[in-house]
Amino acid sequence: MSGPFDFTLALGDDALIAAQRLAEWTTRAPEMEEDIALANIALDQLGAARLLLSYAGELEGAGRDEDALAYLRDDREFRNCLLVELPNGDFAVTMAKLLVLSAYQLPLYTALAGCADERLAAIGAKTRKESAYHLDHAALWVRRLGDGTEESHRRMQAGIDQVWPYAQELFAAQPQAPVDPASLRADFDATVSAVLAEATLTVPDSAWAPAGGRDGLHTEHLSYLLAEMQVLHRAHPGARW
Amino acid sequence: MPVAAVNSAREAAAAVVDPEIRVITIEDLGILRSVEVDPGTGRVVVTITPTYTGCPAMDVIRADIRRALAVAGHPDAEVRTVHSPAWSTDWITDAGRAKLASAGIAPPAPVRRDGVVPLTLAVRCPRCGSPDTEQLSRFGSTACKALWRCRACSEPFDHVKAL
Repeated sequence: MSGPFDFTLALGDDALIAAQRLAEWTTRAPEMEEDIALANIALDQLGAARLLLSYAGELEGAGRDEDALAYLRDDREFRNCLLVELPNGDFAVTMAKLLVLSAYQLPLYTALAGCADERLAAIGAKTRKESAYHLDHAALWVRRLGDGTEESHRRMQAGIDQVWPYAQELFAAQPQAPVDPASLRADFDATVSAVLAEATLTVPDSAWAPAGGRDGLHTEHLSYLLAEMQVLHRAHPGARW
Repeated sequence: MPVAAVNSAREAAAAVVDPEIRVITIEDLGILRSVEVDPGTGRVVVTITPTYTGCPAMDVIRADIRRALAVAGHPDAEVRTVHSPAWSTDWITDAGRAKLASAGIAPPAPVRRDGVVPLTLAVRCPRCGSPDTEQLSRFGSTACKALWRCRACSEPFDHVKAL
């Protein structure tokens, strides 16, 4: 996987699946402000997904638009990283996931903004501004919970430990891609380790590196997510609000 | 094409209000990028850009622009959406900032030029003018706003966050 279509599709799928998971918090967040915040971040991810999937469809040239790509593919055809399809878990797990995702997306979109592909550059210039807010929000909560009570510290560390192995897949080298994810690793490590240090949390020392999302090999969680996300479109093709 | 036609199309599009912040026009907000009229056919092409990528108001804004142009005598109109250059709150006009403030929405501070994370400056309460305010939530009632509260008069208020 390294061509512009595969690359763009994978980024679009990351954003789409992240949006769907974050939206599950709507009406269930620990407080009203957080409910709105998570819904807003989900909406930003959905906006990025629409731009990326629309462009992926054009690159493919097979007549598939954003809806066809989002609603009419099966799990094995999705190219998102495993991180975004993992269940939300408790609030600490969700914030650990958002920290890892946004600390990856911010340098990724920033690099995209300077890449040779004009469409991807425009998308990157737009989405990086939003990612900066996502990272800020996740870092705020990770610090607050990590450097909070004994219980919040314990659960925040557990959240980071659970999510950490899934970060490895994000930086698998793709030398031919518009942006090589391997080049983002140093930026990611610097950002995350600074946040974890402030939060009095430990960077996990784990050699386990689950992967496969970029090749369409997913956890069982993705199928359930897709079933809920796609059911309306599949039952009523072309349905409109 | 007479200049009058270009002006009337421009005025009609510029007067469309934001459906979620109805005190401010799309021109004030800086999302109206251009209005062009084809001299041969009279077809109007309006170019807009979203504030945030996922802004759900875009469909309504497109429909409102087409409706306003039709009323102004330009039934043949197309609305195009561009994403580059990316919208910035620095594009909100001074008139727009004044309208936001008078509607109880604190306007954004200027965006720092050298980075993507905006500076956090004191936000003045749009009701009593006090700088003694606090952020309740980075994310507010729409994608472009944050929720704040004034410690002086205790009123909560929206703040358009710098982007």
